[in-house]
Amino acid sequence: MRKILIAATAVMLATGASLFGASAADKLKVGFIYLGPIGDLGWTYQHELARQALVKEFGDKIETTYLENVSEGPDAERSIEQLVRAGNKLIFTTSFGYMDPTLKVAKKYPNVHFEHATGYKKDKNMSIYNGRFYEGRYIQGVIAGKMSKAGVLGYIVSFPIPEVIMGINATMLGAQTVNPNIKVKIIWVNTWFDPGKEADAAKALLDQGADVIMQHTDSPAAMQIASERGKLAFGQDSEMIKFGPKTQLTSIMDNWAPYYIDRVKAELDGKWKEEDSWGGLKSKMVVMAPYTNMPDDVKKLAEDTEAAIIAGKLHPFKCPVVDQDGKTVECKGGDHLDDGQMLGMKFYVKGVDDKIPGGK
Amino acid sequence: MELAEAIILAVLAASTPLLLAATGELVTERAGVLNLGVEGMMIVGAACGFGGAWLSGSTIIGALCGIVAGTLLSLIFAMMTLGLAVNQVATGLALTILGVGLSGLIGAGFVGEKIVPAPHLHIPGLTDIPLIGRILFGEDAFVYLSLALIVAVWWFLYRTRPGLVLRACGDNHVSAHALGYPVLRIRTLAVMFGGACAGLAGAYLPLAYTPFFIPGMTAGRGWIALALVVFASWLPGRLVIGAYLFGAVTILQLHAQGAGVGIPSQFMTALPYLATIIVLVLISRARTGGSTAPAALGTVFVPDR
Repeated sequence: MRKILIAATAVMLATGASLFGASAADKLKVGFIYLGPIGDLGWTYQHELARQALVKEFGDKIETTYLENVSEGPDAERSIEQLVRAGNKLIFTTSFGYMDPTLKVAKKYPNVHFEHATGYKKDKNMSIYNGRFYEGRYIQGVIAGKMSKAGVLGYIVSFPIPEVIMGINATMLGAQTVNPNIKVKIIWVNTWFDPGKEADAAKALLDQGADVIMQHTDSPAAMQIASERGKLAFGQDSEMIKFGPKTQLTSIMDNWAPYYIDRVKAELDGKWKEEDSWGGLKSKMVVMAPYTNMPDDVKKLAEDTEAAIIAGKLHPFKCPVVDQDGKTVECKGGDHLDDGQMLGMKFYVKGVDDKIPGGK
Repeated sequence: MELAEAIILAVLAASTPLLLAATGELVTERAGVLNLGVEGMMIVGAACGFGGAWLSGSTIIGALCGIVAGTLLSLIFAMMTLGLAVNQVATGLALTILGVGLSGLIGAGFVGEKIVPAPHLHIPGLTDIPLIGRILFGEDAFVYLSLALIVAVWWFLYRTRPGLVLRACGDNHVSAHALGYPVLRIRTLAVMFGGACAGLAGAYLPLAYTPFFIPGMTAGRGWIALALVVFASWLPGRLVIGAYLFGAVTILQLHAQGAGVGIPSQFMTALPYLATIIVLVLISRARTGGSTAPAALGTVFVPDR
């Protein structure tokens, strides 16, 4: 309810503002739906940075509006629709859970263009875009495998969607290249953002013997706990080294600005058409934070791994990929899993000693 | 054994903000006022608490800022519901929305900054006692303060005359008024106490739990505190049990997952709430007679009518 009301108020304000702005009609209106608060220092923050980059790039030519704290579910559909009614012609919905709501609204308003992050459903007026974060996860796995003295990694995760499972698998495949016996403890917190709970999960993992923490949730709480305990951790989505100057090994950073600028330019030029963009380290949609708090040989290994991935010489999901039960996964992409297999990933690779919640 | 100690320490920390906020709300509701704005007061307390500590470098000043912020916000609520006799439920919800927005505004300047967390106590001799030392004497001061506070509240409500009067206002404001007690003044003070506690509870999060401020960091704890008051059937003793039970189940489910207990995590996440419902059912079954809720809870009182 709270979020609906906040969203409704924001839209009302935005609508109101546009009524008063005489030149508003000439401008391209671009709307954004954010999952968390813009100050989450993680996922939403990076989208906000990209929005600011848009404003800087296009200045008066566009007008942007964002709604933050929009929960994934029925609220989302209403919020997206409200952005449409407020006159936005290009709308970015920036979380996996907005997929179906976006699709629904897109079907209803064929003249409005939609851009949905991290999903797999698209339409004539709905593009999808995502980062190949698994590439970064693989590198983190290599580093973690080298750096963990206990041989136990702690992994804090949000929801059992393919994106998250793919991240766990990529990490393990990377770690196994340097330590075949590496173990991972996994805690599902069932939220993207709850600093207290993320901190609790980090404490639990450290108390149970993990010594390198990684996360697929959005706040720097886990980093800060690891720092307090003198252990190591990876940042998430943004640079988090401030919360663990002696703790952060690296961080997978999302870099949406080039893509957003591209898409808005296309829209302004009348050349927008639906696309499916999945950019990785090579296209710089995914960027690694500096490799810190590790010996030079590990750093070198991380850099080499990154270079190999960029050069296309190394694919994190190169075949054969063996699942948890020891079965070899069908190889649809030639010498590696194809994009469809990765985007729909519902199995753990060998060596993960956990059960996917709700899985078979 | 070390693991058990670590778990208990984590439970203490996780339960403290809930207990603090719920203690304040218990007093407010005992005076007959339902303030649903706990979440809003908490998050503003978190923003101001962090801001105070960040600017001054002192945890105590931060905590005081949180308390003041929560109290000020609760005064708005008091003005509306007690002064203007506006519906309490609607005002409380509005207060939460206001608080969430306000905290984002206040906190915008120091998102991404960090502070030194509240120190853990170390009393030579006592903290070093094996097994129980760190649990009884080794957490941050807020943990023990929250327990002292609920004891004080119990003593006030059940062992002092003003406490009796406060409860009388909550059960039958017309009679209390007829006896010459200043119902609205007592209720205003109770609402302010609730605000102060919620502000402190909110400030605990960035001051001790995760020493940085992020908008929305209370993540629904205010609502849980509200539920705990009902769970405790408005009794301080049960409130402590409820808060620690909730904290314990939350932490234990994380540990169970880490240890690879093969229970679906969605179920584990729901467990604290399920436990709350089960206990509520047990309590209501064990009780004979009517509800334990303050009889005048949530009703508007206008003395002149």
